[in-house]
Amino acid sequence: MSVLTRTPQFHIARLRGRNNEGVLLGIIALLLLLIAMFSPGTLSPAMFADILRSSVVNMALALGVLLIIISGGIDVSFTAIAIFAAYSTVVLMRSIGLDNGILPFLAAAVIGALLGIINAVLVAGFKLQTLIATLGSQGIVRGALLAFVGSVYISSLPSALAQIGDARLTTIGGSAVSVLVIPVILLAVGLAVVLRKTMFGRSIYAIGGAPESARRAGIRVGRVQTVIYIAAGALSGFAGMVHVALVGHASPFELVGTELTVIAAVVIGGASDAGGRGSVQGVALGVVLLALIQNSLVRLGVPGFWHTAVVGVVILLGVAIQAQSRRRRSKRSTILESAVTA
Amino acid sequence: MTDNPVVLRARGIDKSYGGVHALADADLEIRAGEVHCLAGANGSGKSTLIKILSGVEAPDRGEIEIAGTVTSKLSVVGSISHGIQVIYQDLSLFPNLTVAENVAMTTRVAGRARIISITAARELTLTVMKRLELDIDPDALLEELSVAQRQLVAICRAIANDVRVLFMDEPTTALTWNEVGTLFQVVSALKADGVAIVFVSHKTEEVFALSDRITVLRNGKVVAVGGVAEFDRDSLVEALIGRQELEERIVSSDVHDSPVLEVNSISAPGLFAEISFTAHAGEIIGLTGLMGSGRSEVADAIFGIIPFTSGRVAVDGHDIRSGDVASAISAGIAYVPSDRLTQGIFLDQAISRNLVASSISSLANKLGWLRPKAIRAGVDKLIDELSLKVGSPDDPVSSLSGGNQQRVVIGKWLATNPRVLVLNGPTVGVDIGSKAAILQILREKAAQGITVLLISDDVPELVSVCHRVLVVRRGRLVDEIASQNVTVEAVRERSIA
Ligand SMILES: Nc1ncnc2c1ncn2[C@@H]1O[C@H](COP(=O)(O)OP(=O)(O)OP(=O)(O)O)[C@@H](O)[C@H]1O
Ligand SMILES: [Mg+2]
Repeated sequence: MSVLTRTPQFHIARLRGRNNEGVLLGIIALLLLLIAMFSPGTLSPAMFADILRSSVVNMALALGVLLIIISGGIDVSFTAIAIFAAYSTVVLMRSIGLDNGILPFLAAAVIGALLGIINAVLVAGFKLQTLIATLGSQGIVRGALLAFVGSVYISSLPSALAQIGDARLTTIGGSAVSVLVIPVILLAVGLAVVLRKTMFGRSIYAIGGAPESARRAGIRVGRVQTVIYIAAGALSGFAGMVHVALVGHASPFELVGTELTVIAAVVIGGASDAGGRGSVQGVALGVVLLALIQNSLVRLGVPGFWHTAVVGVVILLGVAIQAQSRRRRSKRSTILESAVTA
Repeated sequence: MTDNPVVLRARGIDKSYGGVHALADADLEIRAGEVHCLAGANGSGKSTLIKILSGVEAPDRGEIEIAGTVTSKLSVVGSISHGIQVIYQDLSLFPNLTVAENVAMTTRVAGRARIISITAARELTLTVMKRLELDIDPDALLEELSVAQRQLVAICRAIANDVRVLFMDEPTTALTWNEVGTLFQVVSALKADGVAIVFVSHKTEEVFALSDRITVLRNGKVVAVGGVAEFDRDSLVEALIGRQELEERIVSSDVHDSPVLEVNSISAPGLFAEISFTAHAGEIIGLTGLMGSGRSEVADAIFGIIPFTSGRVAVDGHDIRSGDVASAISAGIAYVPSDRLTQGIFLDQAISRNLVASSISSLANKLGWLRPKAIRAGVDKLIDELSLKVGSPDDPVSSLSGGNQQRVVIGKWLATNPRVLVLNGPTVGVDIGSKAAILQILREKAAQGITVLLISDDVPELVSVCHRVLVVRRGRLVDEIASQNVTVEAVRERSIA
């Protein structure tokens, strides 16, 4: 059999990456090249700093969404959870007079995890379809936030938290890079390791690829789902607090509505809508690509309402590329089978 | 053998799915070091019993005794840690993971691994593959493999574990004779180590070649148990389907002279070369050869799935464009693919819908409106002809037993009236009784003047219906066995040689 002799197609496949990471990198490079050609002035260090800043929150949110999409589900409640966790933490801090830089992030993560339990119960316990379940919990969480926690705009954060939000790691070309980049990178690296190197991580892929096979292999499907929905909740809560710290105010009306962008980043990053596929690297590239596109649209002076349309197009493109590579994979299987003849 | 200790025992197992009584008071006794055949027609409850013994399904009633303890339900992890391993009928692998990860999955679960090592998985895979004399890239994604290779991966996964009872639910349906041979060797080695092997097969020859004891299920009940010496082919068939079923050669003599399907020196590089034959109206032609010989690819090329680079294919004198399925269909070719469970069926859709999916245009009136009564009648007729065991025609195909699913795909094509009917391994996984029914339908189709091309490596089946048998070896047509010479011995000898 000739599978072990590596053909040119094989090397192309490796370059492309299991989740099209290579393709994505290529697109980003191409886009940068276009910007450099048509508007050389914009391609500056400051632009990179901007892109980094607008990517931080999306990246943190995308990590949680990634977990759920790999497991074969979809989550639309994460922005509601994020803003609920962050806003109520700030409200709580103000009412008890707590001023601390680190604690609010932990508190928001814990609140997010608790809200994640709602999704876990609906999906793992009641076996609801994930889209329906998270649509429901999105409504509940948002409603509860406005009804019980409050709807006022909080213009100034407790000072230690505000300081963290303003703290710069470094400046690139006069633009600040927040220290909050660090925890997000650490989380991303940590999650990448969990997904690749732990039985838990591999179980998520197994469940996403073939849930019944996973059950028959002895994987506790419900338990894995429970953990990922809670973990996704915690990541969302944390991301919400990063957002609040960076913008320097707390409003219960923010973040909700950006689900599409985050899901787009995850999907073009190679996570399959059908589950069982996706990587942290891919998601990082997806987030950066979207930020780059949005950044360019702003610089080109394209009106804001077009941005959503562009994000929609990007999602469709991502899904189309995936379908294409799925087809390619199944074609390769006939080629492999026929190689037996030779 | 018969006094070896019992390692696994099921008593009085009952299981229903809705209105379907899948198992009724079934008993099974597995002894160390024996090869035990679980025989039964399609839908008799074999897979269900296996799933209950591996903890995947809970029985409604009954008890399971393993390693001295009696329980009313096993858990999956519990059964794995008791050394029970299963090669499921649908394989139950992970298409999105690599071969190595598929092989290592149950070992990891059983070992309660937390941190995993890709290198260790790869090494485990290579070791097991060496035992089975296989050469599959451990880094390939499972979905890139052929069905036969996937079946081999499932076998590797099962024996990669510390196994005490190995269930094999039709493990050889997609394998070549070579691979089946190696599997048999591995089975004997495991047996010598005291491993109990329970296997399901519809191939009587395989059953007699391999088993020490046989348990026969019919409609969820055990109707016969005993050592292999207590059975012969006839008594086994009688136990399986409650009547005799002979595999005799019945071919009609009225083949028309008019050529229908002309295959003229077609080649596809690396697959097959210079294949030529002519099939006439009313003729059933067998196409055989080892798996991987190119016989399936020839069929794929005739139907336009694989392009041919030279030569021509024509139906009634009209050329078919290379690599163009639409032109093959409009020329009147119908094709039952070999990989039926992924190519031929909508698993979540109703049985009735699947059955009429290919003949739908003939069930509409002139305006294109579907005629529900005609559809219902067509569906009922097919269910009856194929003796499908269904709860209701509106249930999804996924609720059927493996063999009944296969029959739905075949039935879907038998409902059409093509000029040329190409079938790739139509009776794989189908029980003896239904196999005879399918072969009889083929004879009837031929009698109506349809040309049938039957790709198969089931020699008795070829002998039973084919006017002529063509043998493919290494991508070339090497032999043609004319009607008067078609015997089981002749076909077997010339196709293996
Ligand atoms: N999940 C399910 N839902 C509904 N009915 C089911 C389900 N699983 C099995 N059945 C029914 O139980 C009966 C026994 O099925 P089973 O799969 O055990 O048969 P089998 O002996 O393995 O047949 P085959 O040789 O075709 O594989 C069948 O009538 C089938 O339709
Ligand atoms: Mg079965």
